[in-house]
Amino acid sequence: MKIQWNLAKLTHKSLLGFVGFFVISVNALADENIVATPHIQILAASCAACHGSQGNSVGGTSVLAGLDASHFVLQMMAFRNGSRSSTVMHRHAKGLTVEEINDLAVYFAQQKRVSPLNPPNQRLAE
Amino acid sequence: MAIDRRDFLKIAASTALFTVPLISKATLSQAKGRVVVIGGGYAGATVAKYLRIWSNGGLDVIVVEPRTQFVSCPLSNLVLGGNKNINDLTFGYDLLKSNHGIQWINDEVISIDASSRVVKMNQSELTYDRLVIAPGIDFMYEQLPMLQSSQSQEEVPHAWKAGAQTVNLRKKLESMKDGGVFVMSIPKAPYRCPPGPYERVCQVAFYLKNNKPNSKIIVLDANAEIVSKKGLFTKVWAEMYAGMIDYRPNSSVVDVDVAAKIVKTEFESVKANVLNIIPPQRAGKIAQILGASNVDKRWCEVDFLTYESKVVQNVHIIGDSVSASLPKSAHMATSQARVCANAIVALMSEQAPDATPVFANTCYSYVSDKLAMHVANVYRYDSAKKIMVSAEGGGVSDKPSELEGNYAQAWAKNIWSDVLT
Repeated sequence: MKIQWNLAKLTHKSLLGFVGFFVISVNALADENIVATPHIQILAASCAACHGSQGNSVGGTSVLAGLDASHFVLQMMAFRNGSRSSTVMHRHAKGLTVEEINDLAVYFAQQKRVSPLNPPNQRLAE
Repeated sequence: MAIDRRDFLKIAASTALFTVPLISKATLSQAKGRVVVIGGGYAGATVAKYLRIWSNGGLDVIVVEPRTQFVSCPLSNLVLGGNKNINDLTFGYDLLKSNHGIQWINDEVISIDASSRVVKMNQSELTYDRLVIAPGIDFMYEQLPMLQSSQSQEEVPHAWKAGAQTVNLRKKLESMKDGGVFVMSIPKAPYRCPPGPYERVCQVAFYLKNNKPNSKIIVLDANAEIVSKKGLFTKVWAEMYAGMIDYRPNSSVVDVDVAAKIVKTEFESVKANVLNIIPPQRAGKIAQILGASNVDKRWCEVDFLTYESKVVQNVHIIGDSVSASLPKSAHMATSQARVCANAIVALMSEQAPDATPVFANTCYSYVSDKLAMHVANVYRYDSAKKIMVSAEGGGVSDKPSELEGNYAQAWAKNIWSDVLT
């Protein structure tokens, strides 16, 4: 029911990208050797500050690695149009193109879920 | 392949074409050679890691860093508020080095010959194919020569590079009597971490309100107004720390009596019990050694597609030293580092770097032990202007909240995990 509600709020243009995305995901996910374009590598890595390396969050934010791609797109679109409330994600979602959101969805869906490492604290030496 | 991905999206969307494989396999990087990285802060550590990852181990990466520990500037104001210990922000480089095969030289750079591509340190020298410098900031003590000596900086800490200086300032606040005056000065922008000084005011106010409620804070800001998150800080100061903070704009420090703790502006002399001068800043010393700080003799002009210096060939500059309308933040330093790493891998395998890089910046400020607020933006490369510009949708919180306080902690844990492991 929730998905239908969200879909109803998507714009026509968003929906085109969204439909296109489903087609992509079927093919992309079947091939593990796909390497993201430099554009998406850079953009996806920028998410690491809050969501961890390759989307493997150490906690406190969503794990994006291995996330169902359609779920990713729906959430980003919901942040964008305000149907899902957020603290900062609406700012990021609005700054990206629909294509970038689709490509990020594919990229993160491809990433393996691993246990991320926390660097151990040290006693300040100086 | 005649149909690129973009076209395919449109075709797929309009014709429901399900059978053609969509993304051609990109070739793995063939980049070979040696990249030397000077500096192991947020920018330097990140560029080293991603150079190794994106070259599939093809590039030799050597980091030169004199310090043996990484101490985070983000969250260090919380040490002043008594809400973090400096050891919570202190880390080693072991996991970063071993997980990614990064070579590490614990030494100080003394000179660089960019024409023969040689970096000289105290103990040894290195040649490079490409050099990345991430030198952070340097203080312009020629404007405040009385603060040049390490003894003066013990007496009047800047605490603008996290570590012993942060601990020093915290101890001085702990020893201050109730009813004392904490005086802090803010240099003219640009400087490292635009909202940082105002967050510091909140943290010191939080500590004083709960422990020494008769004390006062005087803020001498060289800028005409609060540089970042102005509305939010103004409201917090009025509502949470009413009567405690005396904010004085257009107040540049011209002289400091270190022993007496008296600071002079063009208009007045102010006596402090604890004095915190944040000096004016420029690109780090390595950038000066290289002659790469060509903008106002302070900041470094770069190509925003590669972060290569506009004045020194084969040298890339990332982080706070870069001249840009981008905030000098840790997240920004890592974002620049990733564009730079990706571009170097492309250039060293004779491919074109991303022509339209896009990245994000999220910056939280704590106004108490638990409440935080953000400024967040996506930045896109503008091909006509050849600079990074803010995309639609950026902005600041409506108000500080505990939820954002939790996200700020998550930000720190995740960026440390990404940068240091």
